[in-house]
Parts: sequence; structure tokens; C-alpha cells
Amino acid sequence: MGRRFRLLYGGLVVLLATAAALAAATLVLSAIGAKPFATFVVILTGPLHDLFGVTEILVRAVPLILVALGIAISFRSGILNIGAEGQIMIGILSGTAVALAGPGLPRLFLLPLCLLAGALGGALWGGIAGVLRARLDVNEILSTVMLNYIAAQLYTFLLRGPMIDPNELMTGSGTPQSTRLPHNAWLDRIIPGTRLHSGIYLALGLAFLVWFLLWRTTLGFRLRAAGAGSKAARYAGIHVERSLVLAMLMAGGFAGLAGAVEVAGVHHRAIEAISGGYGFAGIVVALFGGLHPAGIVPAAVFFGLLLVGADMTQRSAGVPANMILVLQGVVILAIVSAKMYLRNPYAQDRAFRLLRRMGLVRDARAGEAGELSAGAEP
Amino acid sequence: MLYDILSLGVPFSVALLLAALGEMFNQRAGVFNLGCDGIMSLGAFLGFLPPYLLRTSTLFPYANLAGFALAALAGVFLGLVFAVVTVTFRAPQGIAGIGLQMLGWGLAGTIFRHFIGGVTGVEGVAAWPIPVLSRIPYLGGILFDHNPVVYLAMLAVPASWFLLYRTPWGLRVRAVGTHPRAADTMGTSVTRVRYQALMLGGAMAGLGGAYLSLCQAKMFADDLVAGRGFIAVALVYFGRWSPFGILGGALLFSLAQALQLSIQVGGIKFPYEFAVMLPYVMVILVLALARRSRMLGPAALGRPYDREMRV
Repeated sequence: MGRRFRLLYGGLVVLLATAAALAAATLVLSAIGAKPFATFVVILTGPLHDLFGVTEILVRAVPLILVALGIAISFRSGILNIGAEGQIMIGILSGTAVALAGPGLPRLFLLPLCLLAGALGGALWGGIAGVLRARLDVNEILSTVMLNYIAAQLYTFLLRGPMIDPNELMTGSGTPQSTRLPHNAWLDRIIPGTRLHSGIYLALGLAFLVWFLLWRTTLGFRLRAAGAGSKAARYAGIHVERSLVLAMLMAGGFAGLAGAVEVAGVHHRAIEAISGGYGFAGIVVALFGGLHPAGIVPAAVFFGLLLVGADMTQRSAGVPANMILVLQGVVILAIVSAKMYLRNPYAQDRAFRLLRRMGLVRDARAGEAGELSAGAEP
Repeated sequence: MLYDILSLGVPFSVALLLAALGEMFNQRAGVFNLGCDGIMSLGAFLGFLPPYLLRTSTLFPYANLAGFALAALAGVFLGLVFAVVTVTFRAPQGIAGIGLQMLGWGLAGTIFRHFIGGVTGVEGVAAWPIPVLSRIPYLGGILFDHNPVVYLAMLAVPASWFLLYRTPWGLRVRAVGTHPRAADTMGTSVTRVRYQALMLGGAMAGLGGAYLSLCQAKMFADDLVAGRGFIAVALVYFGRWSPFGILGGALLFSLAQALQLSIQVGGIKFPYEFAVMLPYVMVILVLALARRSRMLGPAALGRPYDREMRV
């Protein structure tokens, strides 16, 4: 069972999850009286009609890639970061605050400082959950979910109070949003007339770096070892608690960076509802992409398409955009079930025989054809 | 002041109490159900639906009851979905729970926005003071002057205790959550008991959600549940997996909420957002302090059982 089999096998998981999501979506859409097929067509092709739609997909893919990379690091290291939503908000707050604090600084310093501040803010917020888990054994899922709610309140408090644009107070409209960032802190727009910004290069570059970190460095090996089997890793001399905290710092950092990039690239100020569910969608993107950068990038583009398409159906077909949450939920349930079920050596062996009969994989070990390989790598 | 806090706090605790008791059965059977929050969302919406739809019909007197029944049914259904995923397919429970939460929350939001749209109130369940007892000074107002669901929920605490510790089914639940292999060897079907526990837990979470929309807020909005399902999960840790401990935890949280409300009404300047934050901060503190009690938890909590595997 070689590399090719594992690839096909991983593809099977994604295929099953997609099928389950489609089935669930069909059910829900019929229940609310919409035409399922027509809705799917709108979601999947609507954004592709013009250049603006296509660039919008990429605009959403940027934060999704960043968030999902962080989540992939944390999941691979054995700590489940559900707190990206809150970390994004803290990243937005700290990135905005730094950019507003130094409007006179040259672009060469201000923009990197703004992004760095976002990443640091997110890392601190994620680090809380990491330290709580490593020191006090607090379940990280619960603590990150709670930190999401806390961050959301902090975000509204700051945007309505201390960080509100003074103009809003003067005109009396009181929209909760910060002052506009100085131009020196903006990311370039790549295509004029669209919102596509240079953050996409950053996201792709970091995708490569994460791959390099996880699979080509000692640190990455330690992280993955701690995630794969903490007892064995500890026995091999790996400081498991330290890698948990480190993984959460990185995951939070990526989410915070996503927030700062979103501010510097798209909105140019902190506004309410900016994170737009990227934190939760990022979890799905990471799982859909097989927790690997090479899978995460296409998965993020695909979910970017879904997000833009869901907005369109809200306007054209009257299907609420909350629908996307249902899809995400079903995709998660389907992926984790399919992965677990297919890890079963008997199921693997059946799949292997089937694929071999179809001529899709060759047997590397001709003599042992069909023999049960109980220890096969999942 | 103290009287106000106590008489507000008792009804506030019910949604948390019901959901946490349900979660206790899940965890006692060895399954960690983080989807509780999503089940509550769907329950809150479906509980609200019949009174909303039947508001002009002659069937209206039964609408609240129908709401609770519908919410419980939806809870059973989502519990069943979770059982298929975590018991039959043995998926990791933490991340699967987040999937279930998104599913329940998304379903409630989608149907709500499509058919109803804006925030709408319902008449809800009226208070139902217990004849003589509610006239006792102070104590009557705190304990015996609420809607009937409050009394039923309080009765659910000893009932859950009895079910868990004094019935054969409760023994099976505890066995399956402590040592599934031993239970399996003795002829108890681990799968079946876990399915049953998840369905019961789902029904109770659904009822807790319906209580929120029908008795507490008397309206539905997308974010009505606001993480109460996650707080309920934390309460199970805090209450050390026992019904009376969970009651104490639920009261602690709801009293904190009532305290915060009365501080605001009392006119003390305090940013609203920090007041809303309080319960979430409390959950983290509670989890950090409840560290040692984790030893008392079900030994097989979070571990899928596979009869064909060694270990």
C-alpha cells in the first residue's frame, strides 16, 4: 500500500464528506422550500461570472488559509484550537491599535509592525488556552470557546468605547468602528477595482513555510510526535507541555495575523462583524485540506467560493447565509467519521483490493497480494 | 436586593441545569458531547416554533407543550446523529462535538431567518405559584413562585440521581463509562447504552433550549443560547458528575448572572460588555480549579470502545 494508495484513500475521505454535505444541504433546502439544484448552481457558479466574483473568492481564501494553517499546526500537535474566531478579533484590535499609534512611520516599518502586532495579539490569546492546558489540564476546546465569547465582548467594548473613531462621536452616528488606518499600513491592491490585496502572497508563502516547519525541521517533528502519541514522545525526551503551548502560540499567531491582514488589506479599519465566521470556517478548511498546507490552499479557495456563493443565494434565492454553518457542521461530522471508519484495517484492505481491481494502484509487494496489513499507516 | 437576586437566580438556572444533567448522562456513559450547545440552539428554536405558528389558532393552549415535545424530539435526533458519529464510527469526540454544534446552530438560524426573520416574542409559559407554599415570606418567592418547568427541573435532580444510582440502567451507564470492556464481557451492549444515554442527553439539552426561548427570554434570536451549552459541559466537571453537584454549579452561575443584572439595574456604572463576559471567565476559572476533581470522572470518558481491538 504505497503513496498512491494513501492519496486515493485520502481523496475518498473528502469525497464522502462532500457527498454527505450535499445530501444534508438538499434536505435542508427542500425543507425551507428552495430548489436544491438551482441553489447549488448559484453557489458554485455565481461567483465565477465576472472578475470581481473571482477575486472575492481569493479575498476570502486569504484569511481562511492563514487560520487553517494555524489550526493544522495545533491539530497535528494534539491540541484542538477552536478559538480562532477570538484570536482573529484580538489580532484585529492589536494590529489596528499599532497602526493607529504610529501614523508618521514609513510604510517599510508600519505595515510589518501592524501585521506583527496582530500575530502577537492572537498568539497571546491562543497562548492562554495553551498554558491552561499544559499547566492545569484545562480542556482546550472549552477554554478556547469561552475565550471566543470573551474576545467578542472585548471587541465590542473597545470599538464602542476607547477605540471608536472620534468622527463617529462628533457626527453622533456612533457606528462602532475605529479610525481609518493611515495609508502606510495598507496592503497593496493587486488588481485595481477589486479588493484582492497582496496578503495572498503572504498566505501562500506562509503555507510553504508551515510545510517546511512541520515536515523538514526538528521542531516540526517534535510537534507532530507530541500530537501523534504524547506518551511515546515524552519517553523519547520531547517536552510535550512545551510543544502544546508552542503549538497554541503559533495557531493563535496565524489567526491574529489573519485578522490584521483583513484590516490592512480589505477594510482598512476595525469594524463590527469583521471576522465573519472565518475562525470556524478555518477549522473546516483545515480538516478538508487534510491538515496539510498543500491541501489547505485549494480547500480555502473552495470554501471561499462557498462563502461568496452563499452570500449570493441570500440575495437571489432567499436562502439564509446561515446555511453555510449547516454545511460546515455536516462536513466536520462526515470527515471525522469517514477518517475513523476508514482507518479500520479491514476497511482499508477492502478499499485497497477494490482500487487494485480497478487498476488504480499497483501492488508493491506482489507476493503478499491481498494479505491483511494490520499495521498499515492510516 | 438579596431577595431579588435569589428569586431571579433560581429560574435562570433551569436551562443550564437541564442541559448539564443531560450532559452528565452522556459523560457517565463515556461520551463527551460538546454539541450540547447546538442541540440547545435547535431546541430553543423548535420550542418557540409551535406557539409562534399557533398564536391565532384554537390549539394555542397546547402550543407550549408541543414546543417542549418538539425540542426534546430534535434533541433525541441530534443525540442520535452524534451517537452514529462517535459510537459507531468512533470519531474523536471533541472535534465531532464542534461539528454538531455548528450543525444545530446553523439549522436553527437557517430555518428561523427563512420563515420568521426578525426577533419575535411569544407569550411563553406563565408563572404558576404553588398555592400555600408561595405565600411563605421570602422563601415562597424564591422557591415556589415560578413557572411549572422550574419545579419539574428541580425534581429532575433527584430523579436523575435515582436513575443513575438506583436503577439497573443507571448501573449500566456507569459501567459503560468506567470500564466498557468489563461491561461488554458481562453482556451489556456498550453501543446500545451509549446510544440511549446520548439520546436522553440530547432530549434534555433540547428541553433546556426550549426553556430559554419559552420561559426565560420569551423570544428567539440566533444567538439566544450564547454558549450556555458549553457552560453546561463545564458544569458537569464542576459538579463532579453528580446531579446535586451540578445543581449547585448551575445555581452558582445563575446567581452570578442575577447579581450582574441587579448591579446594572441598581445603577452602578460598569461596562455592559464586562458583565456579559463574567460567566465565560467563570467557566475558565472553574475548569482550572476543578483540576483535581477530574480524577473522579468516568475512567473511559472520551475513549471510543472497539470490541475488536486489544488494549
